[in-house]
This record gives sequence, C-alpha cells and structure tokens, in this order.
Amino acid sequence: MRPPIDIDRISKLYEDTTALKDISFQVNQAEIFGLIGPDGAGKTSLFRILTTLLLPDGGEAYVQGYHILKDYKKIREIIGYMPGRFSLYQDLSVEENLSLFASIFGTTIEENYELVKDIYSQIEPFKDRRAGQLSGGMKQKLALSCALIHKPEVLFLDEPTTGVDPVSRKEFWGILKNLKAYGITILVSTPYMDEANMCDNIGLIQNGKILSIDTPEKMIQDFDRDIYAIKTQHKHKFLQALKSYENTYSVFSFGDSIHYIDLRNNVTESQLLSSFINMEFPEFSLEKIKPSVEDCFMELMKQE
Amino acid sequence: MNSEAVISSENLTKKFGSFTAVDHITFEVKKGEIFGFLGANGAGKTTAMKMFCGLLRPTSGKGFVAGLDIYKESEKIKKRIGYMSQRFSLYEDLTVNENIQFYAGIYGLDRKTIRQKQQELSDKLQLREYQNKLISSLPLGWKQKLAFSVAIVHEPDIVFLDEPTGGVDPVTRRQFWDLIYEASDAGVTVFVTTHYMDEAEYCDRISMMVDGRIEAIGSTDHLKAKYKVNSMNDVFLILARNVEI
Repeated sequence: MRPPIDIDRISKLYEDTTALKDISFQVNQAEIFGLIGPDGAGKTSLFRILTTLLLPDGGEAYVQGYHILKDYKKIREIIGYMPGRFSLYQDLSVEENLSLFASIFGTTIEENYELVKDIYSQIEPFKDRRAGQLSGGMKQKLALSCALIHKPEVLFLDEPTTGVDPVSRKEFWGILKNLKAYGITILVSTPYMDEANMCDNIGLIQNGKILSIDTPEKMIQDFDRDIYAIKTQHKHKFLQALKSYENTYSVFSFGDSIHYIDLRNNVTESQLLSSFINMEFPEFSLEKIKPSVEDCFMELMKQE
Repeated sequence: MNSEAVISSENLTKKFGSFTAVDHITFEVKKGEIFGFLGANGAGKTTAMKMFCGLLRPTSGKGFVAGLDIYKESEKIKKRIGYMSQRFSLYEDLTVNENIQFYAGIYGLDRKTIRQKQQELSDKLQLREYQNKLISSLPLGWKQKLAFSVAIVHEPDIVFLDEPTGGVDPVTRRQFWDLIYEASDAGVTVFVTTHYMDEAEYCDRISMMVDGRIEAIGSTDHLKAKYKVNSMNDVFLILARNVEI
C-alpha cells in the first residue's frame, strides 16, 4: 500500500523558471512532515499540485492512494487545505465561515465538533465577529478549523504560522500534535527554521529543490563540521573581523551569539581560543555546540 | 525630554471607539539606536507605528519624531523618515532603476544625485546586471535588501521596518541585518518589528507590547536577567501570555 502522501519526481515550470525540480518524498500515516524553506522555494506550487489545483509538468503523486490527475475529485473530498493567504470569507462571521465549510462537505459543525474543539473553543467567544476583523493568530485558528471540519484524512497547511507571533505559533504546533491522535497525516510548510523540531520528518527546500530529507534529530547528527558559539559584548565587530579571518569556513550571527565554523579539520577549542585572543578581542566566550536545523540549512545552501 | 531622543512619546494613546489599541505608552529611542518593537499579534504595534509615521492621529498623549510634533507636523515627519514592510515595498512592474528613481524623486533628490544613487545601490547590492530588470523577476531576499536601501535613499533620520525579513532565507536575512547595522553606524535610527526572536537579539534595545501597553523595555541581556530566562522566546512567553517558565 502507498503511504498517504507519495510524491515521485514532480516538476513544475513557469515560463523560464523551474519552480519544482524532481521532487520525491513520502509522508506516513499520522506523521507531521515539515517542508521548510524561504518564500519562493516552491512550497506553494507543491501544495497546489498535491491538492489538485495545479498541473505538474512531470512526475506522479498520490494522496491516500489516489492519483492527483485521474482521481482529483476523490482527493478533494478527503483532504483539508489551508492556503498561505487567509482565504476565508472576510465578511462572514466566524461561525458562518465554519458552517459554510461544513455544509460544502455535507457535514455539520456538531458532527465533527470533537475534532476542532481545542482550536475552535478559543475563537468561539468571537463567533459573531466578522472573519476580517480577527487578529492574525485568531484568523489562523479559524482557517485551521475550517480545513478540519469535514474530518479530512490528509491535511495540507501552507505556511500556517507566517506572520504569527512566537506564542501563537507555539500554541498552533501544540494543536497539530494533538491531531496526530486522530490519525490525520499532515504536510505543513514554514519559513521558520525553529519549527523544524516540532515535525516528525522534515524536507529542506530551496529554489525548487529538496536539499535534504530526514528527521530533525538525524539531520543535526549528520552535520559533519564542528560548530562553535561565540558570545561577546562586541558582536558586530567580532563578526566583521571573523568574516575576513583566514581560517573562517563560515560565520553567522545567531541570536545572542555568533556561530563559527573553522576551515581546518582538526582545530581544537584551545587553539581557536588563542587565535581569537591574538585578534585582540577581549571578553568573549567560546563553546562547541550542537547545530540547529537553521545551521544545517545554511550549510546546505553554501554547498549548492 | 532628552535632546538625543529621535523618537519620544508620553502617555501616547489611540482609541478606536471603546477599544484602546495603544494605551499610554511612554518611551524614547536614541539617535543611531536599533530599536526592536516586539509584541503579539494585535498588541498595538502597527497602530503605534502609524502614529509615529504621521499616518494616524493619536487620541491623547504626546509624541515627537525627529523633534517634530506628531499632531502638528506630520507632513514634515514624512520627509524625515523612511518606511518599509514585508507586504509593501517596491513596485513589481517597475525595474530596479525605475524604483530607485521613483522613490528618490518623491523625496526630491535631483537627477544627478538619483543617477549616483542608482549606481551606488546596484554596486553595493550586486545588482549591476539587474538594473533594468523588473522587480517581479528578483528573489524575495534581494527585493527586501533593495527595498531597505530605497527606504533610506533620502538619508532619513529614522527608518521604520515592519517585519522586513518575513519569509526571507536564513543567509539573506543575515545580510539584511548587515545593512541595518551599516545604516545605524551612519547615524540612522532603526525602528523594527519582527517575529524572529533571534533578530530581537540584534537590537540595541527592545520593547515588548502587551494589550496596548509597553510591558517591558531594555537590552535583551537586561530583560533575560530580569525574568531569569535564557532566551528572548521565553521572555516573550512570560510577557505576552503570562506563562510561567
């Protein structure tokens, strides 16, 4: 049997640009698969192909065993899709939007209330408010409720957390985790690299190509260079100095520290420490760290 | 008020009917400072920013931008500031050079200076070969770097950036911040909103807005120490949702 999402060498061209190039991967039942990459990487094109809204130029794909071209009507019945842009009816109320989606799929809010309860109960106090008047976080919750109300087997969420504050994002991921218990398979895209750890499997995507597919833990484990975090009060100066340092392989600011990778293979922490001290930067600390998915992404971008 | 303050407000308030979007905010931003203006969605950041840009009249309180009164001198303020956001920045169906010319023209730069700026910017951003290409053909990250450079083409005192790096790849996001530092070194005050907590760390000081009020203000080190946590993400959680860490 095919996994719920089975993608085999999907390609898409727009005039002179390649939006997707030979994309292949599978998503298993009740798994959260995160497609992680910046705007313009091809995430939305892939979502539109899998939800049968866009024709690919090459390759095959199946959703719950149904072919995206031959069985497109069947696929539309069993999936939930939350597009990147807020797509609900702005001048219908919260409740009207949800019952509209329920009735389109031949069901009612009551029938599947259990599934959306966690999310919908948070916006229910505002059920008479027009959707257009909701804050960003609440709009996302309504959109997810609408994508879920017919109890889909596979859920496609295209950048559900873009432009949403860190707290609402955290809540949103908590909700997705709970949906796994219902056996729902989830394909979700995001430009926020720190959300990678919330997924079972991730695919890093850039310029229409998959850079890497793995579990977030394995991807971090496989990072084969030593990475050091430098903390200093003079971050910007230090960064500039390291950019022109002869042994620098890569150097990036990273929140409250600088992430540094040396060109040499066997350089030790104490060697690094003394070379930096010679560069006359007082008061810094150096520590070998585990990379993050964002480090992996930047390394893969460099290799491309 | 401090003479070095480029932005200052005292009990600045904006009400929409019975709803108070911005509730008596009082703070200052110094010249050349990179100031991060953080808060949850719907906390009142955009409303406050619009008042400072002279686009929205406050209900009460005082506010000054570049020494100008936001009630009486909003037209003058517009000439002294730059603005860019994720949603709106450049005209997609104009070329790189046309966009520079358009914005520089609006701010009254003469032709010779405009030509000079076109060269300078395309050299600096390595857009030489793209000068006559439509903006719509550029990757998002390049657009955002150009949009920022265009927003400060008239050498404003302050530049307001509303989520400038949303959706930009991690490498280009850092190049964008290099441009911010460069502008700040040149004396431009930077007022920026972001949902990336690592970017909060790149600011000299940040403020955290909750339900229309400024709940906390200071350097990220200061705030992390104050709330006894290791990351800005946790500071955000504590303040925005009253979550115990």
